[in-house]
Amino acid sequence: MSDAAPILEMKHVSKRYGGIAALNEVDFVAYPGEIHAVLGENGAGKSTLIKIAAGVTDPSDGEVFVDGRRVNFRNPTEAMAAGVVCVFQELSLLPDLTVADNLSIVSPPLRGGLIDSAAQRQRARELLASIGCEDVHPLELVRDLPLSRRQMVEIAKALGKKPKLLILDEATSALTAADVERVYAIIRKLRSEGVGILYVSHRMHEIEALADVATVFRNGRRIETFRKGERSVSAIVQMMIGRELTHHYPDKPAPKPAEPVALSAKNLSWGAQLRDISLDIRKGEIVGLGGLDGQGQRSLLLALFGVLKGVSGTVEIVGKPHRLSGPRSAMRASLPLALIPEDRKTEGLMLPMNIRDNISLASLSRFQKGLRLDGGKEHSAVERIIDSLKIKISDLAAAVSTLSGGNQQKVVLAKWLMTDPGIILLNDPTRGIDVGTKQEVYQLLRDLADKGVAVLFYSTDYAELIGCCDRVLVMYNGSIARELEGQHLNERTIIETALNVDDKEQAA
Amino acid sequence: MNDLRHRIHHNGGLLAAIGLFIVMFTIYVSNHPVGLTAAVATTASNKAVLLALVAMAQTLPVLTRGLDLSVGMVFILANCLASVLVVGTIGEGFLGIAIVLGAGALAGFINGAIIVWGRLQPIITTLATGAVYYGIALYVRPGPGGDVQSDIADFATGQLFGVIPTALVVLLAIVLIVWLPYRNSVLGRAAYAVGSNEQAAYMSGVPVQRAKLLAYTLAGLLAAIGGLMLTFNTYSGEASAPIAGTYTLNSIAAVVIGGTSLFGGWGSAIGSIFGAFVLRTIEDLLFVFDLDPLWQPLFQGVVLLAAVSLGALRVLRIRNRLELFA
Repeated sequence: MSDAAPILEMKHVSKRYGGIAALNEVDFVAYPGEIHAVLGENGAGKSTLIKIAAGVTDPSDGEVFVDGRRVNFRNPTEAMAAGVVCVFQELSLLPDLTVADNLSIVSPPLRGGLIDSAAQRQRARELLASIGCEDVHPLELVRDLPLSRRQMVEIAKALGKKPKLLILDEATSALTAADVERVYAIIRKLRSEGVGILYVSHRMHEIEALADVATVFRNGRRIETFRKGERSVSAIVQMMIGRELTHHYPDKPAPKPAEPVALSAKNLSWGAQLRDISLDIRKGEIVGLGGLDGQGQRSLLLALFGVLKGVSGTVEIVGKPHRLSGPRSAMRASLPLALIPEDRKTEGLMLPMNIRDNISLASLSRFQKGLRLDGGKEHSAVERIIDSLKIKISDLAAAVSTLSGGNQQKVVLAKWLMTDPGIILLNDPTRGIDVGTKQEVYQLLRDLADKGVAVLFYSTDYAELIGCCDRVLVMYNGSIARELEGQHLNERTIIETALNVDDKEQAA
Repeated sequence: MNDLRHRIHHNGGLLAAIGLFIVMFTIYVSNHPVGLTAAVATTASNKAVLLALVAMAQTLPVLTRGLDLSVGMVFILANCLASVLVVGTIGEGFLGIAIVLGAGALAGFINGAIIVWGRLQPIITTLATGAVYYGIALYVRPGPGGDVQSDIADFATGQLFGVIPTALVVLLAIVLIVWLPYRNSVLGRAAYAVGSNEQAAYMSGVPVQRAKLLAYTLAGLLAAIGGLMLTFNTYSGEASAPIAGTYTLNSIAAVVIGGTSLFGGWGSAIGSIFGAFVLRTIEDLLFVFDLDPLWQPLFQGVVLLAAVSLGALRVLRIRNRLELFA
C-alpha cells in the first residue's frame, strides 16, 4: 500500500529527557488503510513515539508530518484537529462525568450556544451501539463503570472524533474476549475506510491477528519494519532482545532447598489484578518477579505488604498464618517485612525532611527512651548504616531532595534495612539510578540473602532478573505464567513468557 | 424510567440537602408563634439569600478542585462600594449596580488570572487577594455608614404581589440566568472535567485554563451580587472583617452540606443554596426554641460534621489503602 501518501511520517525524530534519549534519530512511516503494530519491550521508545504523534510531548529534534503537512503539535487538541486521535493506556476519561458528557467532552452538540443534552445523549447512544456497548447507559457515571466498560467508552470516544490516524496504546488490556473481538472488527472496518492505525500491544497473538505491518523498537531506536508474515515470532523476539549484558553480578550460590520457607502465599486473588497466585520464598533466596509492566506485579507486592483490602487467599510466614492488615502489622510479623516502593519520591521518601529523619522513620520505636527519642543512639545507628551502604552525603541534616537519584534510593534501602527485615519486597528498585549504584544494590541483596533474608525482587530489567535472582516468576495478566530457574532462566524465555508466546509459536 | 434512576443517583447530595432543609424549616415554621406569614418568610429569605449567593460563588472554584477564600471579602467590598455608588436617582442607582457587579467580576478574574497564569495555589492566592480586597473596602468605607437608593433597596427586600419575597425571586433569577446556562455551557462542563481529573481533561482537549478563569470570575460576580443584597438589607456599608471571614467559612460549609465534593468535579450551586438555607435555619430554630444563640456554632458544627461524614462513605469502598491518601 506504499503507493498512497503516508498519513504519519517522522524524520530523524529524537526525544531526550535530561541526558537520556528515549527516542533516538527515528524514521517512521505509517500509511492510511494499514494496521501498523509497534513492538518493543519496556522502555524501548514506543510510548514516546506515540506521545509525540498525539501532541502530548514535542520532539527534541526532527520533523513530523501528518497527511503530508509538517506539524508541530503543542497539545493534544491540535493533534486531534489534524485527525490524530489516541486511545491512551492510562484512561483519559473523567470519572465524575456521565458517559454522554465524556463522549462529547470537546465539541458537544450545541443549541443556542448551550450544550444540547438530548442530542448529546442520542450521539452517545449511537456511538456506544457502534461498538456493541448497548449495555452502557449514557447517563451512567464513568466512575461507576467497571474497567472493561471504561476502556470501551474510551474507544467510542476516540471513534467519535472521526480519526484519520487512530493510535491504540494497549487499548485491549482490560477487555473481555468478546469485547476484544468487537474491537478487532471495528479496527478492520476502519482500515477498510482508509484510516491509518497504530497498534501498540504486548500480546503477540493480537499482533498476528491484526497487523499488516510491524515495527520493532529497542533502546529508543527503530530496529526494523516488516510486513506481516515476513518474520517469524522467534525472529521478532530476537529483535526485541538484542542487547548485551554489561553488568557484573555477584556469584549465585548453589540452591538451598533445605532452608525453611520464609514467606508462603496460597491462592492470592484481588479483583481482576491478581488471580490465584501461590508462591514460596525460602530464607536466603532471591526470587525475581518479571513480566511486562502492569501484569499485577505491583499489586502482588502491595498485597503481601497488607496495603490492599479484600485480598483472598492465605499467607504464612515461617509456617505461621499471617493476616494482611496493613504495613504496621507486616513490619511486626515474626519475620518482619519491608517493601521498597516503586516511586521513591512519593512512597519512599519525605523529600523535604533530612536524611537522618528519613532513615530512622520506620524504626523510631527502637530509639524510644521513655517519652522521647534517644538522639545519640539514633544518630550512631544512622551513621553505621550510611557507612555500610556507602551513601554519599555531606551532612546528615541535609534534605533528602538534595541527593542524587542513586543515593536517594540508598536512603530508602537504608530506612528499611534499619528495621532488620526478614523478608524484603522490592518494586523495581534500580529504575533510574546509575550503573555503579545498581551494582552495589545487587551486591547488597546477595549479602542480605547470604545472611538468611528472603528477597522478592520485581524488576522491569530482564538482565537484572537473570543476573541477580535464584528463580524468576514471570507474571502475565495477574497470574504467574511460569517459573524459570537454572539454564531456563534466560532473556529469551523471560520475554517469551512475558509476551505469552507459547512453544508452538516459538517453533514457527 | 432508567433515566430517572440515573438522575436521582447523580443528585443524591442535592436531594439530601433539600430534604434536610424542608424538615428543619417545617419544624421552624410549625413552632413559630406567628406561623408562615409573608413577613416571616421575607425576613427569613432576606437573611438566607445573602449566604446562598456567597455559597453559589464558592461552588464554582470548588468544582474545579480549587477554593476561593476571598468570596467573603468580595462580598464586603461590594457592600462598601454599593453604599457609595448605588445612590441618587433610580437610573444612577442601576449604573452603580453595574459598576459594583463589574468590580466583583474583576476581583474574581484577578484571582483566576493569578491561579491560571501565575500557577499559584488557589488557597494562598485568594487568602492574599482577599486581604487586598478587604483593604480596598476599608479605604472606600473607613467607618460604617453610607446610603443606598431606597426605591431599589425596598423593592429588592420586599414582596412581589404582597406574598412572594423578592429576594427569593432574585435568587431564582440568578439560578436561571447564570447557573443553569453555565452548567450547560462548554466551559461550565470543562470546570467539572478539570475538577474530576485535570490531566485527563487536558489530554481530552478540554480548555482547562479558560474554564478556571471563568469559574473564578463568576465567583467574584456572584459574591458581589450577595454584597449588593446585603446593602439593600442594611441601607449602609461596613468594612467588617468578622462578617467577611464568617461568610467565607460558612460558604465552604454550605457547599459541603449541599453535596459538592471539595475534591472537585462533583456537585452543584443549587445544592449550595440549600446548604446555605440549612445553616441559616439552624439559627432560626434556636430562636423559636428559645435557646441561647451561643449554641449556634455548636449546632452548625454538628450538621457540618454529619454532612461530611455522609460524603466520606466512599472511603468504605476503597480497596487499596494507598488511595485513602491520594
